[in-house]
Amino acid sequence: MGKPTVDRRHFLLGGAVVGAAGGVIAATLRDGELGGPPQTLSGSVPWAEGAADSPPGASGSGYVFFTAAEVAVITAMVDRLIPHDPVGPGAVEAGVPFFLDRQLAGPFGQGQHYFLGGPWPKGTPQQGYQSRFSPAQLYRAAISAVETYVSVNFNGASFGHLGEADRDKVLKGMESGDVTLGGGVDSKMFFAMLLQNTKEGYFADPIYGGNKDMGAWKMIGFPGAHYDYKEWVGRHGERVPIGPVGFKGRPGWTERRS
Amino acid sequence: MTTTLKPVDAVLVGFGWTGAIMGQQLCDEGLSVVALERGPWRDTATDFATTFAQDELRYMWRHHLFQNVSYDTLTIRNNTAQEALPMRHLGSFLLGTGVGSGGVHWNGQIWRFLPSDFQTRSHNQQRYGSKAVSDYDLTVQDWGVTYDELEPHYDTFDKICGTSGKAGNLRGQIQPGGNPFEGARSSEYPTPPMAQTYAPTLFGEAAARLGRRPFPHPTGNLSEPYVNPLGAQMGACTYCGFCEKFGCGNYSKASPQTTILPYLMAKPNFTLRTECEVLKVELTPDRKRATGVTYVNSAGEEFFQPAEMVILSAYVLQNVRLMLLSGIGQPYDPATGQGQVGRNYAYQTMSSVNVFFDDKILNPFIGAGALATVIDDYNGDNFDHSGLGFIGGAYIAGMVTGGRPIEMIYTPQGTPAWGLEWKHAAAKNYLKSFSISVHGSCMSHRGNYLDLDPTYRDIHGRPMLRMTFDFTDNELKMSNYLTDRAAEVARAMNPREIKLNRRAGPWSVTPYQTTHNTGGAIMGDNPKNSVVNKYLQVWDVPNVFSLGAGAFPQNAGYNPTGTVAALTYHAAAAIKAQYLKAPGPLVQA
Repeated sequence: MGKPTVDRRHFLLGGAVVGAAGGVIAATLRDGELGGPPQTLSGSVPWAEGAADSPPGASGSGYVFFTAAEVAVITAMVDRLIPHDPVGPGAVEAGVPFFLDRQLAGPFGQGQHYFLGGPWPKGTPQQGYQSRFSPAQLYRAAISAVETYVSVNFNGASFGHLGEADRDKVLKGMESGDVTLGGGVDSKMFFAMLLQNTKEGYFADPIYGGNKDMGAWKMIGFPGAHYDYKEWVGRHGERVPIGPVGFKGRPGWTERRS
Repeated sequence: MTTTLKPVDAVLVGFGWTGAIMGQQLCDEGLSVVALERGPWRDTATDFATTFAQDELRYMWRHHLFQNVSYDTLTIRNNTAQEALPMRHLGSFLLGTGVGSGGVHWNGQIWRFLPSDFQTRSHNQQRYGSKAVSDYDLTVQDWGVTYDELEPHYDTFDKICGTSGKAGNLRGQIQPGGNPFEGARSSEYPTPPMAQTYAPTLFGEAAARLGRRPFPHPTGNLSEPYVNPLGAQMGACTYCGFCEKFGCGNYSKASPQTTILPYLMAKPNFTLRTECEVLKVELTPDRKRATGVTYVNSAGEEFFQPAEMVILSAYVLQNVRLMLLSGIGQPYDPATGQGQVGRNYAYQTMSSVNVFFDDKILNPFIGAGALATVIDDYNGDNFDHSGLGFIGGAYIAGMVTGGRPIEMIYTPQGTPAWGLEWKHAAAKNYLKSFSISVHGSCMSHRGNYLDLDPTYRDIHGRPMLRMTFDFTDNELKMSNYLTDRAAEVARAMNPREIKLNRRAGPWSVTPYQTTHNTGGAIMGDNPKNSVVNKYLQVWDVPNVFSLGAGAFPQNAGYNPTGTVAALTYHAAAAIKAQYLKAPGPLVQA
């Protein structure tokens, strides 16, 4: 039609600011409250061209938050939380370590939606997350504390070098809280966050750097970011035969790169 | 340095559902109205367009539309013997913020409370004796308003939202297909019920076989296009499954944005200021009259907005906190039972039953916020409580709000939370399982209350709100009984297996339950038992009105928004008919 082809990827990310070195995290300008300048609105519904609050997807390659040693530990952990087998992808092949890296480098890692003010007494289990650490600080401290724990209890080994059974043993001990970690890290609290974030990276839209090729969605049969199921509502018991789709389309779509 | 602004007739503190409703009502009377909202402006096309609304990570898990607790949170504890600590991350409830607030990310479940729910104390006392309403240190009381008084206002809200449903009681005549237990409606729902997917259909068939009376959930996710009395046009729901905890990209979910704001924002006598947080309601020295509010904007500038009326239209927790910070009324003291502000905080008692099939593909991703088949046989006092040891009840809903995989993968009893066994269970059960929701009431209790925290402060240096709450034996007994009733229906669906997720105490802030916080600024028939009268007017400061679920003396087994809206319209009607002619108490103490 003579219209220029819009690069879908850049169209979607158009409203976001992408950092320079490493292209880390798109800033979100409207997140939460107190996000923008005060406005006085009267006479009509306000609207601004090009203001779409598009998702802050991950970009770039390589690790920007984790050190190489930390990557080895995290990879060995998430590999046990969601292992690979013929039923479906494991967390590692789904890109969960990369997802975690970008999340921890960005607003989530900085504790953007956490209250971290003091004082910081230890709470009851019912009082939830109680720590001065932001998620990024907690991951860093916890990985170090786990390495110390493993070194002491497994003859100087690193977590990444443990066999599957030993890795599971350490992870189960953290899950129950039986493993006591140093460095001010509550092992149970860290494990809960790691497991939650791992499942996030496994099942979130691929735009965030995990769920590679929507493999986790294919495994369970979730069609992804579809917006209209009206024709399927009354078709009880039928398998919906459409493959998954993400915000950037799906692997079958041709993506132009500039 | 505080700048004093031009006086207005009314200032609204907070701009979600109640602010939008009251703003529209007062502007139509010709009043000059300013609304102050501490969060940002939000609209459909900009903030949750269909091209990126289906984002589980960003909206649900990164709290993109929710209150940012790094600026302001509350402290929590189960009882007065504990030290309250900050809720450092949202969990049990997902507070809203910004224009539309919780009205943007709610499910759209539009219920009316039962007529007997408004007489919790007198009704149960009459039927079951005085112990029924005083056991377990319950402090339940009557509302001071009746269902019949609220009915026209429930009806108004249904027409604003275009609620989809089927009446069960039309002007006293029981209607097939609707809820036979509901109070009489003056008119049928504006739009027909949503189409039901497989799981709610199977639930309804099983419930009917057991002799229960299933009906489609009344919903603000519209079954067909609709134009409301304010001229706002809504589209038919596409069942995308990203509704509760998300904004609707399709103008299909009733919200302030889709139903009222296009009309209200065009009014010349209405002004909205965003990113403006009210710090305090200013009172005359005798504390009997409000002169306006002091607020600070996101640039750090402080203003005094003089107003003839101050309408507290923020969320329950903020309304109560502002009263405590401003010296309105007497704070409640659980040791003596004296004082009213903060008293009778209550919540919702949620449980569920997961149902797993081998042979049925349920496609859980086809869903909507209020897409469900429901039974109300065990809600309120719809059943005989004799000998059960509790009052209250729940609706039981075969409900599919979506199949968002981070949140909503159900695995059988005994499945580990991770590892190959978990992955296999997820892969096997995702398409063939769903959850039956048990949405239980929560009675008020002497020890459950809100006050100001002695230690923790927000970014403005003000004390945080402190919440002291736990489920009582009344609630846990009710929830167990109701969960068993849900399990009966689950088993009648002939599944491979079921899993009961009972509600156990103590209340925990961690797992998501529901954002139905109530009480603390309760309504009643006299100032000795309540903060506001039946028109939500503060007894002690008659030019202040406190809207929202803070007025509930205890919480019923339904979602609160329908009743919150009806109470707001009821208050607006009294303000228009009486207060504006003769400003002063609408009820003599």
